[in-house]
Amino acid sequence: MNHDAYDDNYIRSILNNVKTIAMVGASPVNVRPSYFAFKYLAQRGYDMIPVNPGHVGKALMGKPFVASLADIDRPIDMIDIFRNSSHIMPVVEEALKLSPLPKVIWMQLGARDDAAAEKAEAAGLKVVMNRCPKIEYGRLSSEISWMGVNSRTLSSKRAPIPTQGMRLSLNRTSFGGGQTAASDRAAKNKTETT
Amino acid sequence: MTDRLPGFSTLAVHAGAQPDPTTGARATPIYQTTSFVFNDADHAASLFGLQAFGNIYTRIGNPTNAVLEERVAALEGGTAALAVASGHAAQLVVLQQLLRPGDEIIAARKLYGGSINQFTHAFKAFGWNVAWADPDDVASFEQAVTPHTKAIFIESIANPAGSITDIEAIAAVARKAGVPLIVDNTLASPYLIKPIDHGADIVVHSLTKFLGGHGNSLGGIIVDAGTFDWSKDNKYPMLSEPRPEYHGIRIQETFGNFAFAIACRVLGLRDLGPALSPFNAFMILTGIETLPLRMQKHCDNAKAVAEFLSTHPAVSAVNYAGLPGDKYNALQRKYAPKGAGAVFTFSLKGGYDAGVNLVSNLKLFSHLANVGDTRSLVIHPASTTHSQLDDAAKVKSGAAPEVVRLSIGIEDKEDLIADLDQALRA
Ligand SMILES: Cc1ncc(COP(=O)(O)O)c(C=O)c1O
Repeated sequence: MNHDAYDDNYIRSILNNVKTIAMVGASPVNVRPSYFAFKYLAQRGYDMIPVNPGHVGKALMGKPFVASLADIDRPIDMIDIFRNSSHIMPVVEEALKLSPLPKVIWMQLGARDDAAAEKAEAAGLKVVMNRCPKIEYGRLSSEISWMGVNSRTLSSKRAPIPTQGMRLSLNRTSFGGGQTAASDRAAKNKTETT
Repeated sequence: MTDRLPGFSTLAVHAGAQPDPTTGARATPIYQTTSFVFNDADHAASLFGLQAFGNIYTRIGNPTNAVLEERVAALEGGTAALAVASGHAAQLVVLQQLLRPGDEIIAARKLYGGSINQFTHAFKAFGWNVAWADPDDVASFEQAVTPHTKAIFIESIANPAGSITDIEAIAAVARKAGVPLIVDNTLASPYLIKPIDHGADIVVHSLTKFLGGHGNSLGGIIVDAGTFDWSKDNKYPMLSEPRPEYHGIRIQETFGNFAFAIACRVLGLRDLGPALSPFNAFMILTGIETLPLRMQKHCDNAKAVAEFLSTHPAVSAVNYAGLPGDKYNALQRKYAPKGAGAVFTFSLKGGYDAGVNLVSNLKLFSHLANVGDTRSLVIHPASTTHSQLDDAAKVKSGAAPEVVRLSIGIEDKEDLIADLDQALRA
């Protein structure tokens, strides 16, 4: 599995198939990136669970914080890890003790741990590293195009009619689009030097 | 299977545009509206708080403009873009994110005359200082770096003389100084040069020129390469520090590799206000669909005209990087192998008066202050675009009194040559 570049269909099938997402490192502070992503994904119908031992007793958008993955009372499809690269491995190890196993380990933008990815893949999980599910959802649905962002997709097909005003669907066919190679290279250099 | 990387012409036609989800309209609709309804109070709050993607008010974003933004971002290989009312507005919005009073920008001395004015006078009044450097002498950029330097600004192909800039060499200076390289790619267009591939961190355009291409609409755009780490030394607080206007959001932390484009939109365009009309965005988008075809024809015609002028008895010199003997020919072959662009200057043996006469004798070339139109254009910079510069600055920026600037259109080259020939003989 090449973790430098993902096929759009790989990401799309993950976002289309998972329903329950535990977000490790979720923050209740409404200007933090994890809060933005949590809210966005919750509004798109995912069953979101905030995981953060520092905030047990509080809730994020009505969902109570849990201290750890083991404290979740239902099967989880995906674990979205909002932690630095150096904190990934213990979360993956904990995830691999769950029963049933989750289907996907997703490491946030900026986070990458190839050894942890290998471990999860060996157990049959799908892995995404150094991506944001909110950005990927916005990109593949083309919602992010409203912000002038290069979605790296083209399509001659009419997308499904937006639901609830401006929400666009992931169920859109697309062809590859404009690359962002310079930015990808810069990100790679940065992760390699830090 | 990895996703296919479409070619330039495919992106020029398709990037950013898909059939309208509600009506099926295939051409991009002109969303000629000031504002967009919210679903409910929470949706409105999410949009204003930058938590959701969507439309609020056309000064901040508009769906027609967004298609243009994504298209140019894709053509340049950038992560995102922001369209604004003009090329000058793009420059203003970019520098507002980077400079505070007392900060400096190093700019190439060879720039569009209007940009030289903007930097020298308007920006000076904001306390933004400019240090001029010579694009033909990379060391002059290095020498101009100070602790206050916040950016370096160059043109890929410089107006008016069509000289080619060694982008990679100047990008290396910027990297060493820890500042972004901004490239004005107006005269090349991404068809000829993609500055991001050569180390640019930000690309700006006057869309008014080759991208729109038909001389009918003003516009400008800012492309974020997604390459610069704005948070590294806290030199760029607009991107790295909590923003009070957005309850303490940090723009880079929140928007990652398209943070600069977002800062330009939500801190620049929103507050300074130079929004692009959706109608202009539509006109420019239509123009971009034929950019590869037009640009090649512009270049081929320009080369033929430059060759003709270079042997003409009334002409003392032709500055066209596409000519084999030209000073910039090696750089042209490296950076713009498909062509040297269509804007160049030449000098008349008869000096200032011959320049004035030529312009008045031409029958097909239009005498006006623009470049990058389907029509061929002519101007005498010393008496127009560069007239506000003093004589020494005129010479330094390539606009001496005997110099005439052409912008070659997409007419038949034989007709352009015939018109120039009769006017030079008259
Ligand atoms: C190279 C270059 N940059 C910027 C501009 C300014 O663009 P606008 O006239 O769209 O403000 C021009 C206009 O002539 C130009 O030629």
